[in-house]
Amino acid sequence: MSPGGDSMRKVRSWLLDEAPRSRLQARLGRTYRGWLTFRRNPMAVLGLAIVSSLIVIALIAPYLSPHSPFEQDLARRLEPPSAGHWLGTDELGRDIASRILHGARTTLGMVLLVAILVAPVGLLVGTAAGFLGGWVDGALMRTTDIFLAFPRLILALAFVAALGPGIENAVIAIAFTAWPPYARIARAETLTIRNSEFIAAVRLQGASTARIIWGHVVPLCTSSLIVRVTLDMAGIILTAAGLGFLGLGAQPPLPEWGAMISSGRKFLLDQWWVATMPGVAIFVVSLGFNLFGDGLRDVLDPKHG
Amino acid sequence: MLGPLTRPWWAARVGPSAAFLVATLRVVSIVALTFVGLLLVTFLIGRVVPVDPVLAAVGDRAPAEVYERVRVELGLHLPLHEQFRIYLTKVLHGDFGRSVLTANPVLADIRRVFPATLELATLGTLVGVFLGIPAGVVAATRQGRWIDHVVRVIGLLGYSVPVFWLGLMGLLLFYAHLGWAAGPGRLDVAFEDLVTPVTGVILLDSALQGEWSVFRNAFAHIVLPAAVLGSFSLAYISRMTRSFMLEQLGQEYVTTARVKGLSEQAVIWRHAMGNVLVPLITVVALSYANLLEGSVLTETVFAWPGLGMYITNSLLSADMNAVLGGTVVVGTVFIGLNLLSDLLYRAADPRAR
Repeated sequence: MSPGGDSMRKVRSWLLDEAPRSRLQARLGRTYRGWLTFRRNPMAVLGLAIVSSLIVIALIAPYLSPHSPFEQDLARRLEPPSAGHWLGTDELGRDIASRILHGARTTLGMVLLVAILVAPVGLLVGTAAGFLGGWVDGALMRTTDIFLAFPRLILALAFVAALGPGIENAVIAIAFTAWPPYARIARAETLTIRNSEFIAAVRLQGASTARIIWGHVVPLCTSSLIVRVTLDMAGIILTAAGLGFLGLGAQPPLPEWGAMISSGRKFLLDQWWVATMPGVAIFVVSLGFNLFGDGLRDVLDPKHG
Repeated sequence: MLGPLTRPWWAARVGPSAAFLVATLRVVSIVALTFVGLLLVTFLIGRVVPVDPVLAAVGDRAPAEVYERVRVELGLHLPLHEQFRIYLTKVLHGDFGRSVLTANPVLADIRRVFPATLELATLGTLVGVFLGIPAGVVAATRQGRWIDHVVRVIGLLGYSVPVFWLGLMGLLLFYAHLGWAAGPGRLDVAFEDLVTPVTGVILLDSALQGEWSVFRNAFAHIVLPAAVLGSFSLAYISRMTRSFMLEQLGQEYVTTARVKGLSEQAVIWRHAMGNVLVPLITVVALSYANLLEGSVLTETVFAWPGLGMYITNSLLSADMNAVLGGTVVVGTVFIGLNLLSDLLYRAADPRAR
């Protein structure tokens, strides 16, 4: 038996210890058990692989791309896929593969921004409503319900039309219509936590309401919110690409997948690759988020499986 | 949307008819509140436009007194809540202002284009219902087998694919290469104006007037966009049907029915299906509402002259009256469908009464 395998086994048994001796050990152990469950689902692992590749590609896009995403070569416009241009060139002779790789940055950036804006708002509204109850709950949840009853895509469109097209406004518009489900989930979680004994114990020790919500309720809501965010990512990507397709998201010459499909539309019948390739990228990435989210839900939130 | 469906605590005290009245009032007030909320949001969106509406009307060379007069005419000198009250009154009278692009009243424009969207979304929903429900049932009854996996994968694909791209790929394959479906638009030029619009829904109008060649042409045009639009609905409905059916098949009454010797078909379709259909009402209504909204992208791809394309065209020329009018109409349909599904749910499920 090699010493490496031996120490691996030690780490493993330390992680799976039934009686953890420290908070760290308990946390790492739980994460490891979650990973063991997650690993058993091949589709979820595929999703994780796609999502991680997206992140890596977004980080090192300039080193991966064979060409610049902006460099025009009008002599070689609309060329089919070849060894020099793996996915062909677009109407300005730009390398489609390089533009797709750089487009990963745009997409990931937008999605992350929406998540950063939406999750805390939903968390705050939901936990406050659930924990405080009474008229606060009534008012906050009525507002949430009103927003839930709105047509999200059209409202986002109207919002961008008013503010003017661009990535920032597209992000704001999507976030503006995406927060209500998070508030709902956070409230439901809070209601189950609110009356538990450990909250009563914290309260007896003199903790303020803000401290209880922030320090004890919010952390317990995060896992279901993470699942929801992951599952929502696909929808956010599709909405962002849709806004780009309509010319309301990222503006040229910035590489964005939806806008690339829109400009390739004119050449669809003769130069099919211009519109097809970016669509494949959107499809694969949103499929990856869906698969990953499903797997994550089975691990973190088994009761809603 | 309308809150818990269980009997509230006061129901026992006030008697059944008063409880029904209170519940109805509650539903009405929530719907009214949601509608006012929708109008408040569209009103505020209309106010954040960076373009000065007075300047847009008078031009930047107008003298100060003309500017001031137009500002008063447009009611922009009033306090914001007063402006909102006026907006509310106007919308309730069906006045969304004039479209800059078409120079018609927005409501007249919407009346003209809405049937096309309704036709497309209805057909899309039918695709979702007639393929999605059987697919979900089959998947649930053969849980874990290959057919279950196929249905689940199709569902995932439907959730992950960008509709506008799917539409383009559909055009490329079925129109350009195979020639199975007709191209963009509602009708070929040769068939236009052969049918007098009655409902505005071409399939219906041509069938009523016996113009079967127009009907066939319209059908060839609508198949592809309806299938593309319905793919989301198909994914959603099959997924929900599967999960509702699995839940029912785990119930004791199903075991009882099986023990009594009923065939599996009878157990599924006569016993479990009834209970699956009740929650499906909400799912179908929601997906219908989503398709009305999702038609924005599909209509753009297929040059389908409906509400979605009207809104997109108005967006691109910053025609805010038309955009906000369209938003209010879609929002109202949304709220209406939500209400309808809730009422149907209450009617179908005795526990919810």
